[in-house]
Amino acid sequence: MGSLRYSSKQGLFGVLFFVALWLIALPVKAADKVKVVATFSVLGDLVKEVGQEHVQVKTLVGADGDAHVYQPSPRDAGAVAKADLVVLNGLGFEGWIERLLEASHYKGEQVVATTGIKVLKSGEAGHHDDDHHDDHDDHTDHHDEKHHDDHHGEKYHDEHKEHGHDDHHDEKHHDEHKEHAGADHHGHHHGEWDPHAWHSINNAVIYVRNIAAGLSKADPAHKADYQRNAEAYIAKLHKLEHEIEHLFEDIPEAKRKVITPHDAFGYFAHAYHIDFIAPQGTSTESEAAAGDVAKIIRQIRAENISAVFIENVSDSRLIEQISRETGATIGGALYSDALSGANGPAGTYLKMMRHNAHTLADALGHKD
Amino acid sequence: MAETDLFSLLVGPFAEFSFMRRALAGCLILSLSAAPVGVFLMLRRMSLIGDAMAHAILPGAAVGFMVAGLSVGAMTLGGLLAGCLVAVLSGLVARITVTGEDSSMAAFYLISLALGVLIISVNGSNVDLLHVLFGAPLALDDVALQLLALISAITITVMLVLYRPLILECVDPEFFRSVSGLSALTHFSFLGLVVLNLVAGFHALGTMMAVGLMILPGATARYWVKRLESLLLLAIALSALASVIGLLGSYYVNWPTSPLIILSLGVFYLVSLLFGKEGGVLMRSISFKHLES
Repeated sequence: MGSLRYSSKQGLFGVLFFVALWLIALPVKAADKVKVVATFSVLGDLVKEVGQEHVQVKTLVGADGDAHVYQPSPRDAGAVAKADLVVLNGLGFEGWIERLLEASHYKGEQVVATTGIKVLKSGEAGHHDDDHHDDHDDHTDHHDEKHHDDHHGEKYHDEHKEHGHDDHHDEKHHDEHKEHAGADHHGHHHGEWDPHAWHSINNAVIYVRNIAAGLSKADPAHKADYQRNAEAYIAKLHKLEHEIEHLFEDIPEAKRKVITPHDAFGYFAHAYHIDFIAPQGTSTESEAAAGDVAKIIRQIRAENISAVFIENVSDSRLIEQISRETGATIGGALYSDALSGANGPAGTYLKMMRHNAHTLADALGHKD
Repeated sequence: MAETDLFSLLVGPFAEFSFMRRALAGCLILSLSAAPVGVFLMLRRMSLIGDAMAHAILPGAAVGFMVAGLSVGAMTLGGLLAGCLVAVLSGLVARITVTGEDSSMAAFYLISLALGVLIISVNGSNVDLLHVLFGAPLALDDVALQLLALISAITITVMLVLYRPLILECVDPEFFRSVSGLSALTHFSFLGLVVLNLVAGFHALGTMMAVGLMILPGATARYWVKRLESLLLLAIALSALASVIGLLGSYYVNWPTSPLIILSLGVFYLVSLLFGKEGGVLMRSISFKHLES
């Protein structure tokens, strides 16, 4: 807890002052549990998995909540002020988090869960390949260009062509990410990088490692437990990864095209080579344009896309309209930016990923 | 040849896509009722009341959303209740106590707004207010269209029935109040129409944008014609034209629809402000010169 500094502000925030005194005076061990604030439900679940009995998790944006447009309450600021650890997604997903941390004068440990992942640009699945320096096989490239075209029209398409395989682009991006790794994400606005990184299980593994490291720092006494829990959970993640890969195995890649309300599945798309097309862009915070909707409808007709999906956090009216117009069936609800309630089909991260994969695979014609 | 090209440019999107036809139908239906209401608001110098009422409605709609999700019925009912409550309370206060309707209206809509924000925040704030703010002209379904048509029909009927009293309220409300008991009925019915149309508008365009479709056509028409009948017809026409321009613009340029519709109306307004036959800035300067010489 060496990083807790409460030198200023003491006069004004009496309560905070006493909390600080209490935290400094007592070794962490004396407190029953590590108080962790997670910004949204997916992170909350991961923290619980890693921390188990040693942590007390408060999730700011709960089940079925939309973190894009969330407005923190004073109670949230209170929870943050009392927290030993704050876990956030980063990449601009929680646009309100900096103000909240500032308002609550939180100076403790922060875990930015996306630290160290391969970041995708908004609306661009599969561009920043795992092995981007040598592995650009024809198929992947074709896939990428198509996606560009779908989302950004000709402008992006051209740009992509111009830069060819675009190593320069990747380099720049990676540098920037290093720069911003850690607590500071000032340069990341929504729309630049796609923040929905948890939809790739490989990223979730990194999330879990980051969380374990953060918990170990905040509560060194139980470091071994956290590492053990993390590894056990990661084993479960790998198992799920195999399960999902197997699901999509027998679906031809040309057929893997689906429509979702907002562009939340870039990482899922990248991991399992599925084309996600969304009228709304990566944030739920925008209104669709008629041109985009028309393009999607034309695409559904031309390519015989059979299923559209709704999301738990998104306005489904537009998707319903598209479904009416094209005759494409609504394949079910996907959980994108939040888990469902504990009894819902996506109460935990593992359940959510399994539910999404099965829903998609079923609609795309997977046979059990 | 050129003509058929233009024709297909204008009609093509609507012919090809039913969501475009629905959006157009919704906007035209709304134009038919919201624009005339706006004309009367303007004549009664109550244009800003439209904005205040939109704020008053928002919390009701949001609470409806919170209770029943994105259901047209719940949001409409919530919005109507909140709006009517604010209208009736502020009207009553203005008629019973010493304050004017503007200040009581401001007071009540602020209370309603604050209450709405409070309720939403306390309940975990899963509600996305922007859904209500932004509306979804491209996502109008049958239920929403039927609701729009119903509200439009009610509005037009009430306005036809109360046409004379409404004019009297505009011309000399003090006199009208002193000679007829119809004054209060007219006033509250009219406020009810304002609320109804704003509620209808937030399905089509979003709450804030709905105010634009109500206020701007009337304000623009005023620069061109003087007679009430002409004002009403011109306002409807302008509103309909802007809807078409906004939808086609959104289709071809790929910008969101409802701001484009309101901005088209905004351009009409600014042009009329400058060049309008009745008191436009340029016409005025010409006629002043004429008087001086």
